[in-house]
Amino acid sequence: MSNPRTFQIQEISAHPGPVPGQGTRREEQVCKYIDVTTCIGCKACEVACVEWNEHPFRETTFNDTYQTMPTTEWNYYNLIKFVEDERDGNLMWLLRKDQCLHCEDPGCLRACPADGAIIKFENGIVDFQQENCIGCGYCISGCPFDIPKFHPKTNKVYKCTLCSDRVGQGLEPACVKACPTGCLKFGTKTDMVQIAGLRSKQLREESGFADAGVYDPPSIKGTHVIYVLHDIKRPERYGLPANPVIPPMYTYWKWVAKPIGLWMGLLGIGAVFFHRIFYGPKLPQPEGPEVETGPRDEVEAARKERP
Amino acid sequence: MSATAKNLDEKARGDFARIGTTRVRRGELLRHPVYTRFLHWSVAIFFILSLLTGFAIYSPWLFRWIAPLFGSGPRTRLLHPWFGLVFEVFFFFQFLNWVTPMMWTDADRRWMKKIRSYATNKEPLEAEEVGFFNGGQKMYFWIIALSGLLFLITGLLMWFAHVVPRWVVAISYLIHDLAALLMLAGFIIHIYEGTAHQPGTFRSMTDGTVTENWAWTHHPAWYRSVTGRNPREAYEREKRWQAERERPIAHWEREQDTGERP
Repeated sequence: MSNPRTFQIQEISAHPGPVPGQGTRREEQVCKYIDVTTCIGCKACEVACVEWNEHPFRETTFNDTYQTMPTTEWNYYNLIKFVEDERDGNLMWLLRKDQCLHCEDPGCLRACPADGAIIKFENGIVDFQQENCIGCGYCISGCPFDIPKFHPKTNKVYKCTLCSDRVGQGLEPACVKACPTGCLKFGTKTDMVQIAGLRSKQLREESGFADAGVYDPPSIKGTHVIYVLHDIKRPERYGLPANPVIPPMYTYWKWVAKPIGLWMGLLGIGAVFFHRIFYGPKLPQPEGPEVETGPRDEVEAARKERP
Repeated sequence: MSATAKNLDEKARGDFARIGTTRVRRGELLRHPVYTRFLHWSVAIFFILSLLTGFAIYSPWLFRWIAPLFGSGPRTRLLHPWFGLVFEVFFFFQFLNWVTPMMWTDADRRWMKKIRSYATNKEPLEAEEVGFFNGGQKMYFWIIALSGLLFLITGLLMWFAHVVPRWVVAISYLIHDLAALLMLAGFIIHIYEGTAHQPGTFRSMTDGTVTENWAWTHHPAWYRSVTGRNPREAYEREKRWQAERERPIAHWEREQDTGERP
């Protein structure tokens, strides 16, 4: 799997013309496409997610909207946000499926101090390994989208896996499988970006959404879950940051300043050790008289000579 | 320091002195009473526990080495804030216990100027104005006080990260770590000075006493205030006595070695 081209045919004996399929490359980067404009808020994806991950259905909270609960939870990775907006003086629902965006440059992974608790696959999926998680919650503050959620009983953090277990078997994520309108799609990053581009062009030219566009923020080198929005100029309306960033201390502090700090500590211990060797102790005064080593040795030698 | 805090501290000193004992023998002075020693070691134990658990989370390189000491990574993480909190509580009482002698004076400013000759053992005797604590000790105390305050504030922000903005939490991690490095630097020097560099010092925190020689060497002004004697004169007298004691011994040794009678 590490190099899918290993068994691609390179040469064929006595074959007229070029080798069939020569130069083809396997697209490894996966992506989920979410078209906010065609979502009907049926929550089939929420149910499919809970079922596939075998989570018990948790209690819902009512806050004057159709939204299941205020935010995603440790056992509720996928949530339709029912944002009430206005268009031409009428109510307009912005139904955004909220979940982990599987950033190309994941803030959670950058912030994590536990070896092996967060991994990113070649295909772009960012996955939490709960057996290595120490429950410090650094990932929560590292995430620009407020996605990782702490489970107070197990002291571990959970989030959407992009159904890495299904994708590994060549299946689409559970939410995509369940979606009845086709607003969710799953495929290679290139394909999804292309479809999203076409769809937003259609929205701009045929549906009167002049600012329609694709949300794939370059500030975190893009995401492996992309949105088609009616209005790409105001992603905050949908609860998405316009310019998501990872606090810089997670990169510079962790990989530059921290090792320097450690070396300084080590140097400090070495310094005091050799200080003692070079300068000796500070004894309470007066110390005993210093022994004159030279003559005393002669005396010792004289004593030994005597029988 | 407010009157209530002072009363609290006085009362605790009295109570601890009744439970524990400090034996002061001839030629010795009481340096740290039982209560002070109890606070020092309580702070020390929980500081070291916090340091170890914190360092595991601080560095991916230390994580694999230190986390197993506390059972596992998650348990290390779980224990760290509680160790830290107990450290803070004990340090609060230690702060009350020591804040008066730790007040910065002009003598400490002058001590700081001569820190180079102090560090290179140039002067066998401290300046006569050095009191119960010298400038370096006071600086370390105030570094701990500052770091302790920063630990507490940033630690609580990290503890209640779910109600604090994300950027505040991220900056808290940074400040928490910087405070730890600052304190670690002082901690290394503190242990070195208290053990290997200045023999006779460690017992002040175990037995509670020091020799008079130690007192007039390292803290002359304190020696003067507790004994009423001049530290320099005491030192000179001791030097004379030592020479007197040495003379017959030297004679006897020479006689034994050579058989000559001088």
